[in-house]
Amino acid sequence: MPQTTPPAAAPFTRAGLMIGLRASLPLWPSIAVFGAAFGAAAAQRGLTAGEAAATSALVYAGAAQMVTLEVWGRPWNLGLLLSAMTVTALINARMILMGATIQPWMRGAPVWRTALTLFVLVDASWLIGVRHRAEGGRDLGVLFGAGFGLWPLWVLSTVAGHFAGALVTQPRTYGLDMILPVFFAAMLAPLWRGARPALPWLVSGVTALIVQRLVPGYGFIAAGAVAGLVTGLLLDDGAPR
Amino acid sequence: MIDALLAGPFGTPLAILMLALVTYLCRASGVVLMSRVRLTPRVERGLRALPGSIVIATALPTGLSAGIPGLAGLVAAAAVMALTRFELAAIVAGLAAVMAGRALGL
Repeated sequence: MPQTTPPAAAPFTRAGLMIGLRASLPLWPSIAVFGAAFGAAAAQRGLTAGEAAATSALVYAGAAQMVTLEVWGRPWNLGLLLSAMTVTALINARMILMGATIQPWMRGAPVWRTALTLFVLVDASWLIGVRHRAEGGRDLGVLFGAGFGLWPLWVLSTVAGHFAGALVTQPRTYGLDMILPVFFAAMLAPLWRGARPALPWLVSGVTALIVQRLVPGYGFIAAGAVAGLVTGLLLDDGAPR
Repeated sequence: MIDALLAGPFGTPLAILMLALVTYLCRASGVVLMSRVRLTPRVERGLRALPGSIVIATALPTGLSAGIPGLAGLVAAAAVMALTRFELAAIVAGLAAVMAGRALGL
């Protein structure tokens, strides 16, 4: 039979799920501490343990949750809700771009499974998935497993932090406010493919720094990332066709 | 009327649901948008450049806004990861650098 069928959808296996889970294990201590820091900060802002847990379970985006606490309504009104939603959208705008990077991988996968995988998509699972792809893998179980395994940990550590509040009320002292940038910086090494493919990163970094200077808020993340994307579109990165 | 609802007992649950909805839309919209784009070599090149660009655009301004300790944390984490390829060691090194920098009052 001639090989004219389009490439089949990427597999989703239990083995891949375990690979993703295992790849996320080194991050568990720091994510537990970050979750506890959110729980403690939430307690200070007057959220009940249930509200903090529900936020972690449903929003499941650490940096956005942390910053949203700054504008948390006590009580809520429309203005506060809109500014909380705007802050959340701006910090999570990077997820739009993350989704774009993994979409080619998900082509042909069942919609319900993609929807579920996206619900548990976080920075860590995205990076683990990107690494798996860069190393030649295509098992979507890896992407799901990494995010799915971190979800209960995130919720439980939020509750623990809410009750243990006093222990982590000063996250700055332990550098915990820096955990996301530190984690991201660590991920540069596995993504490195030489100086030429990294040129868009430079454009992204410079753009983000300029936008951060000129525009208040968190728009700098999306601005930098889009600048890097456009640079990548325009320049030959020297990769084999 | 909306303010009255938000100030009531359902205000916080409603706010949490709205924040969750906004976040899920961010998670899903990139995938939905890309499903309408044809994967030309040029688009693939852009997508290859994107992960590192997202990482830099997030980490660099956030790290630098924390001053010298923040910058030290970024450098320590990237360097330890490059040398060991062990995430936990890199994160511990990064946070330790931030803590040390702050303890020294830098």
